[in-house]
Amino acid sequence: MGLLSRKDSKLILDPLADDNPITIQVLGICSALAITAQLKASIVMAISVLFVLGAGNVVISLIRNIIPSKIRIIVQLTVVAALVIIVDQVLKAFSYQLSKELGAFIGLIITNCIIMGRFEAFALGNGPWRSFLDGIGNALGYGVILIIVGFFRELLGSGTLLGFKVLGDPIAKTGLYSIGYENNGFMLLAPMALIVVGVIIWVQRTRNKALIED
Amino acid sequence: MGLKESLHNFKEKNKDKKWLPAFSAIHTFLYLPNETTHNGTHIKVADDLKRTMNTVIMAMVPCLIFGMFNAGYQHNLQVGEVQAVAGSFFSSEFWTMANFMIGFWKIIPLVIVSYGVGLGIEFIFAIIKGHEVEEGYLVTGMLVPLIVPVDIPLWMLAVAVVFGVVIGKEVFGGTGMNILNPALTIRAFLFFAYPTWMSGDKVWVEGAVERTKEIAAGANLDAISGETILGSLAQGKEAGYEVMDMFLGFIPGSVGETSALLILLGGLFLIFAKIGSWRIMLSSVIGALVMGLIFNQVVDSGWITESSKFYGLMSTTWWHHLLIGGFAFGTVFMATDPVTASQTNKGKWIYGFFVGFISIMIRVFNPAYPEGVMLAILLMNVFAPTIDHYVVQGNVKKRKKRLNAKVA
Repeated sequence: MGLLSRKDSKLILDPLADDNPITIQVLGICSALAITAQLKASIVMAISVLFVLGAGNVVISLIRNIIPSKIRIIVQLTVVAALVIIVDQVLKAFSYQLSKELGAFIGLIITNCIIMGRFEAFALGNGPWRSFLDGIGNALGYGVILIIVGFFRELLGSGTLLGFKVLGDPIAKTGLYSIGYENNGFMLLAPMALIVVGVIIWVQRTRNKALIED
Repeated sequence: MGLKESLHNFKEKNKDKKWLPAFSAIHTFLYLPNETTHNGTHIKVADDLKRTMNTVIMAMVPCLIFGMFNAGYQHNLQVGEVQAVAGSFFSSEFWTMANFMIGFWKIIPLVIVSYGVGLGIEFIFAIIKGHEVEEGYLVTGMLVPLIVPVDIPLWMLAVAVVFGVVIGKEVFGGTGMNILNPALTIRAFLFFAYPTWMSGDKVWVEGAVERTKEIAAGANLDAISGETILGSLAQGKEAGYEVMDMFLGFIPGSVGETSALLILLGGLFLIFAKIGSWRIMLSSVIGALVMGLIFNQVVDSGWITESSKFYGLMSTTWWHHLLIGGFAFGTVFMATDPVTASQTNKGKWIYGFFVGFISIMIRVFNPAYPEGVMLAILLMNVFAPTIDHYVVQGNVKKRKKRLNAKVA
C-alpha cells in the first residue's frame, strides 16, 4: 500500500485475519449470532459498526487527553450512544423496513464489546489518524465474519441470497427443490451461527498453526 | 502362508503409508494384531472396545428386526391390508413376510447410509490425524436408523450424520472425548433442521408422505396418516391404543423405539453383560415416574382443567410415560453411553434421575417438542462432568475430614 506506511496498513490488515475480533479475540459474538440469519441484515450491521467504530475511535482519540480517567467509561458510552442514535435515525429515515427487521440490535451496538474494547485498548493511547485506521480495520474484520456467516445461513437456511431465490422456489418446487432438496431450518436458529463461527475458527487455526493456544 | 500372515506382512511392508489406518481398521476387525505392549504393566482382558460395541449392537438387533415388521405392519394397517393385532405378541397378522419386506427395503438403506457416511468420515479423520480408526461409530451407526422416522429422506440422514460425527465428535478429539451423544446430536440436528420430516402425523407410517403427494396430484386414493401417541396426547386427544399394544410396540413411532418389551430385554442383556449401567436405567425410570406422579397429582387436585393445553399429557397415567415415545429406548441405549454419562456411581444416580425427570417435564410442558427424552439426555450429557466433579470433591472432603479427626 503506497498510501499508508507499513505500520499503518498493519492496523487495517491484522484484524482482517490473524487478529480478527470475532474469531481470535472472540468479541462481539452476541450480534454475530442474532442478526446473521439474513445476508442483508449482516451487511447493514457491518456497515453500521464500521461507521460507529471508525467515527467513535476518532472522537475518543481527539478528546483522550481531557477525559478524566475515572469517568472515561461513561464518556465512551456517551460517544457510542450518540453515534448509534445517528445510525438508527438514518436507517429509520431511509430504510424503515430494514430498521424494523434489525429491531433492537442497532441500539445494542452500544453493548458490542469490540467497540468499547477498541476505545479502551487503542483510541485512548493513539492519535486520531491511527485510531481511525484501527477502528476501520476492526470493523472490517468484524464485518467480514458477519457476512460469511450471513451468507451461509441465508443460503442454507432460506435458500435465498439478499432475498433472491438462488436455489429455486420452495413452494413451486423449481430448481433444487424439484429433486427433493429442503431448506435447513436449523440454520436460522442462533446455535447454528455459533457453530458456523466455530467452523471458521477451526479452518483459520488449521491454516495458521501459530494461532492455536493451549 | 495363511491369510492372517499375508495381511500382517502387507501391513509391515506399507508401514509409513498415509492410508495405513484405514487398512489396519479392517485388519483388526478380522484378526488380533501381532503387536504386544512393550513397556509398563498391563491387564489382559477379552472385552476391548470392539467387543463392547458389538455387545450393544447385539442388544439392539431385536429392536431393528421388530422395527422392520412394524414399519410394514403400520403401512398395511393404514391401507387396510391387515387387521389390527390386539394385545398378542405372536399375532399372525404382524409377523408376515409382506410386512417384513416393506420395512426391510425401507430400513436397510437407512442402515447403509448411516454406516457408510459415518464410517467414511471416521476413516478420513483417522487418515488426517494419522492414528488408528476408532470404533466409536459402530454403535452410533446402529442407533441412528432406529431413532428416525421410517420415511426420512436418505440425503437428510447423510447430512445429519456428517454434522453429528464432525461437530458432535471429531472436533472434540474423536471417540471417548465427545461431550454429547453423537446419535442424539444427529437426531437433534434432523429435528431442528427438517421439522416437517421429524414430527406431525405424516412421517411415522411408511408411504404417508408419498400418498399425500399423489392425492395432491389428483390420484383417487385414501390419505394415510399415523399420529404417534405423544402427538395425539399433546393435542388433547385420546391415545387410541391399548396399554398392551404400547408395551409390545404395535404403535407408530421411530423405527426401533416402539417395543418397550424388546428394549427391556436389550436392557437386561446389557446389564447382564456389564456394559449398560443399571444405576442409570433404574434412576432414570424413577425420575420419570416421580415426574409423572407429580403431574397426575396436579391434575387430581384440580389445578389444571381440561381446557389447558397441558391437560392431555399431564393427565396421562404416570407409568404410561415409560411405554410411549422414545423414553424406554433413550434410557436403555443412549443415556447409558459410557462416554457421555456420569462416571461415578453416585453421579450415575443423579444423572439418570434427572434424565427421566426432565424428559417427562419437557414432554408435558412443551407440546412442540414431544420427544423430551432426546433433549433431556443431551442436556444431562452437558452436566455429567459437573456432577462427577462434585461427587469426587465431596468424597475428597469426606476423607479429609476423617483424616483430620484421626490426627486430632
